[in-house]
Amino acid sequence: MPVIARVEQFLRRSAGARADKAAIVDADTRLSYAELDAAADRLAAGLAARGVKSGDRVVVLMDNIWEAPLSIFAVLRAGAVFCPVNPAASADMLAQIFGDCAPRVVLTQAKYARAATVAAAGLAAPPLIVAARAVAALPPGVAGFETLLKEEAPAKCAPDGAASDLAMIIYTSGSTGRPKGVMIAHTAMIAVSGSIAAYLDNGPDDVVLAVLPLSFTYGLYQLIVAARVGATLVLEKSFAFPHDVLARARAEGVTGLPLVPTMAAMILGLSELKPGALPALRYITNAAAALPPAHVAGLRRLFPGVRIYSMYGLTECARASFLPPGELERRPDSVGRAIPGTETAIVDEAGRPVPAGTVGELVVRGPHLMRGYWGDEEATARALRPAPAPGARQLHTGDLFRADADGFLYFVGRKDDIIKIRGEKVAPKRVETVLHACAGVREALVFGVPDPVLGHVLHAVVVRADPDLDDRAILRHCARNLPDLMVPRKIEFRQALPKTASGKVVRRLVLETGTDR
Amino acid sequence: MSEPVHQHIREFIVENFLFGDDDYELDNGVSLIETDLVDSTGILELVSFLEERFEIAVADADIVPANLDSIDRIAAFVARKRGEGQRLAG
Repeated sequence: MPVIARVEQFLRRSAGARADKAAIVDADTRLSYAELDAAADRLAAGLAARGVKSGDRVVVLMDNIWEAPLSIFAVLRAGAVFCPVNPAASADMLAQIFGDCAPRVVLTQAKYARAATVAAAGLAAPPLIVAARAVAALPPGVAGFETLLKEEAPAKCAPDGAASDLAMIIYTSGSTGRPKGVMIAHTAMIAVSGSIAAYLDNGPDDVVLAVLPLSFTYGLYQLIVAARVGATLVLEKSFAFPHDVLARARAEGVTGLPLVPTMAAMILGLSELKPGALPALRYITNAAAALPPAHVAGLRRLFPGVRIYSMYGLTECARASFLPPGELERRPDSVGRAIPGTETAIVDEAGRPVPAGTVGELVVRGPHLMRGYWGDEEATARALRPAPAPGARQLHTGDLFRADADGFLYFVGRKDDIIKIRGEKVAPKRVETVLHACAGVREALVFGVPDPVLGHVLHAVVVRADPDLDDRAILRHCARNLPDLMVPRKIEFRQALPKTASGKVVRRLVLETGTDR
Repeated sequence: MSEPVHQHIREFIVENFLFGDDDYELDNGVSLIETDLVDSTGILELVSFLEERFEIAVADADIVPANLDSIDRIAAFVARKRGEGQRLAG
């Protein structure tokens, strides 16, 4: 078998090995590996015909629909870099991302075409917006996805790009709330997908349920690993109707169920679900936040004999650690050890390794690390620092960990203020910026409060300039300017916020003073 | 379909998912999920509301788009459930 140098070659290889095997299932649409491979060639030709060249950025702004994986592979085949963006991104976030990566083309859906057009409006070189699934005439200047897909593919569409090229720029929330573009090279994507496939023991008989958005790393790697091993990916756009999703998962013979704790809570909330509901299920993975022990017990009861993997990752390296399922009983709170082919260490402020049991920052080393942040050398230098091995770099995660005597890792907390909601990183500063822009708000501060389903929810403390301002007006303002999960659940009014002598708000003091006014 | 049921459901959605934003054009037939108006945990809140407000029991298998993905569908679902309840009681 030829050595794989670029990610899109996974698709070609799987199409060669199992042409008729289902690659993607999306409701009534089933694409075999041969069909996906041929469609990717056509779309790549369509992109090339519209000026997409090697190294260009192409945004993929889509739900979990079959056009999304097709777009990702076509962009790579055109030699370009894909930038997955979640459609739930707010207008200002979208504009920031477009402004940052300056895409040549935006591949999206008709229902997001207007938002994409608005976000692209101020750019020096506006991208071509291409929209799929139009039910009416598209806005002027927006091209039809289906039109590009009709392009005659050249006889040979072999990429002439290098393994060291960027495959992807994926945006993550920084602690300031400004999105940072994480640059991932083909080599890193190949390395981490191989490592994941090895420890999950993935193979062509796997059928993986992809409810998690392909626009985030955890969801995206379900696709990359599936294409790598020739498995089937079952796409679901949402988990709003878990009973329906599980019925389809059962019908498709799902063997792999990637979860975040919110989804686990929703599954366990189904009162009529009987043990063995997914008879073909082989493994469950959890990432983004720790699974509470009660959830683990509940999943074990519902899915007896299924292996449960606790994992830890971050956008900057996709995956950092996993706990072998056999260790879950003994170390229920651990996220395990470094994934195969990589290393982790826990270090103090000076970068020295700390002894077992001592809290420090987790650093990650290996071939899976990002190249850096797009156009932000300063942030790159903070995150990627010299490693002990000559010439090597290590990723400083910003996450505090401790290890037990056997080297198993335990997440302790963040070094910064980042809060995880539904497994997504939320910067309080970003929400506070929106609150400050609300007429009648003098000062505002948000913090996370534990929630059994979402992990955390946001509560806001507000000092009013306008005494008539009520919480509904503030929440309306937030709902118009922020994604749902960043809208505070509760607004509490106070006379003032505690400050340091220099006038800086002391977040810790606000939390300690509780809900008293 | 009785209009008050539509109205109660609309009020709940506007109040809880739009934070009282009356300017939003919320058509009775529009998909709440496709428009990202209600997310996955929002559906659970909606179900709790329906159970309390209309005194119906919602089974897991009832929580499907055909029953809950628009104001029209929710109203029809509530009407069916209440009908079942009355038959059982009678």
